[in-house]
Amino acid sequence: MSPESNNLEWRPNASFDNLRLRATILQKIRQFFFERKVLEVETPVLGKFTITDRHIASLTVPTTHHGDYFLQTSPEYAMKRLLSAGSGCIYQICKAFRAAEIGQRHNPEFTLLEWYRINFNHFQLMTEINDLITLILNTPPAEKITYAELFNQHFNFDIHHGLDGDLKNLILQAGWLNFTPDSLDRDTCLQLLMSHTIEPNLGHAAPLFVYDFPKSQAALARLNPTQPNVAERFELYIQGFEIANGFHELSDPQEQEQRFLQDQQQRHELGEPIPIIDPRLLAALKQGLPDCAGVALGIDRLIMLAAKESHINQVIAFNWQNS
Amino acid sequence: MSNISTNEFRSGVKVMLDNDPCNILENEFVKPGKGQAFNRVKLRSLKTGRVLERTFKSGDTLPAADVVDMEMQYLYNDGESWHFMNNETYEQYTANEIVMGEAKLWLKGQETCMITMYNGAPLTVMPPNQVILTVTETDPGLKGDTVSGSGKSATLETGAVVRVPLFVEQGELIKVDTRTGQYVSRVK
Repeated sequence: MSPESNNLEWRPNASFDNLRLRATILQKIRQFFFERKVLEVETPVLGKFTITDRHIASLTVPTTHHGDYFLQTSPEYAMKRLLSAGSGCIYQICKAFRAAEIGQRHNPEFTLLEWYRINFNHFQLMTEINDLITLILNTPPAEKITYAELFNQHFNFDIHHGLDGDLKNLILQAGWLNFTPDSLDRDTCLQLLMSHTIEPNLGHAAPLFVYDFPKSQAALARLNPTQPNVAERFELYIQGFEIANGFHELSDPQEQEQRFLQDQQQRHELGEPIPIIDPRLLAALKQGLPDCAGVALGIDRLIMLAAKESHINQVIAFNWQNS
Repeated sequence: MSNISTNEFRSGVKVMLDNDPCNILENEFVKPGKGQAFNRVKLRSLKTGRVLERTFKSGDTLPAADVVDMEMQYLYNDGESWHFMNNETYEQYTANEIVMGEAKLWLKGQETCMITMYNGAPLTVMPPNQVILTVTETDPGLKGDTVSGSGKSATLETGAVVRVPLFVEQGELIKVDTRTGQYVSRVK
C-alpha cells in the first residue's frame, strides 16, 4: 500500500441524507408508473450504434471481438424499437453517458428517467409530468409558455421573422461573449440568450413548460401540422434550470432519416466524427412507431431540486472525478 | 506561457484576458441538451479589481498569467509608495496606491502580506486576515445608551474608520477583520 493512499479521496461526495432521498424518490417514481400500468424496461447501456446529434458526444468502448461499441447517450432508440414491436407504454430508469459534460448540473455519467405514452400528444404528456413532479417536489401546478412568447417577453424578438443581425446584437449588447458571434448559427444564438438570460428566471413560482420549439430545434419531435415552423417539442424548467425534454414523437421514417443525414452533414462540415445512422431504429420506424409522446427527465437534477442542492456532486455517491 | 482550457478553469487559476491578468472566480458549464456547450466564467481583474463575466466556447483556451504569490513583510510608507521585503531573499519591492487598494487601510508596519507579483512587480497586496490596531479617535460611549445598537465609529492609527461597540475607548487596541472591515474584539 502506498503511503499516499491514506490521503486519497475515497468517501462519497454526497451525504447519506441525499442518498436516502434518492432511494425514496426512485421508489416513488416506480410506484407512480406501476399505478398507471406503464411497464418498466431495461435496454442496453452499451450499444453497437449511437446518435448523430452534432452537439452530443458519445463515449466509445473498444470490445475485443466486435469493434467499437458506444455508451448510450439516452435509451431513446432502443425504447422506440420496443414501442414499434408492440410493447405498449414503457418507462426506464437508467444510466446515460455524454462525453465531456462536466459542471454544476452535468456529470458524464448520469441517471435518466425516460418514458413513452402511446396515443398521448405532448400536452397530455406534460399533464402527466406535472403529476409526477407534484408528487415528488410538492410544487404548484405547472405553467406553459411557447418558445416564441419567451423571446417576445424577454427581448421583444420574433424568433420566426427577426433578423440574425438583431439576434447577434442582443448578444453583443449583453456583453459577456468572449468571441465574436459572427460564426454562430441562429439556433446557437437563441440558445445562448436562453441559457444566459432567460433560463435563470424560469420556473420559480411554479414549474414551467416551454413548448413549440423552432423547427430547426425539432430534434426527434414531429412538426406542428397547423404551424409547421414549430416542432411539438417541450422542455420543463424548475428553479431556473432545465430538467426534462420531451416530444410528440416523430414517426415518419423518411423525415427521421433526413434529419439524421443533416446531422451527419453538419458533423462533416465541423470535422467531427460521423456516427453511422442506427439502422435498427430506422427499420423499427419503417415497421411503424405508434403515435406516442415521450420525455427524458434528469433524475440527478430532480434530486438536486428535492434536496435543495446546487451541485450535482451533492446527490450522486461518487462523481466523475471521484469514481 | 502555457494555455489553459475552459475545463481547467477553476477558482484561483490566473489567466490573461484582454492582456490583463485575471483570477478565475467561478466557471459554470452551460449546455442545452440539444445545443452547443459553453463555459460561463466570472473573473476578477487583478489590475482593477473589477469582476468580469465572460462566456467561452467549451474547449477554448486563455494564456496562463505569469503571476506568482509571495509572502512579504510590509516595511514603511514614504508618502508615495509602500515598501515591502521578501523575507527569504531580502529583496525589496514598492507598491503604489492603486496596487495597495484597500490594503493600505490596515498596515502600520511589520505585517506579513501576500503579494501577487506580475512581470516582477507587485500587482495586488493582501493584508493579513486580521490586524490589531490602536483606536486614535472615538466618541466617549454614553452610559446607559442601549438604543444605538449599531455602535459608533472609531478612527484607527492607520486612518481606517470602523464601527465599534460603545464600550471601546480611545487608546485601546482592537482586532479588525480586513476582509470585511469589521471589528472583531478588544485586545488587552
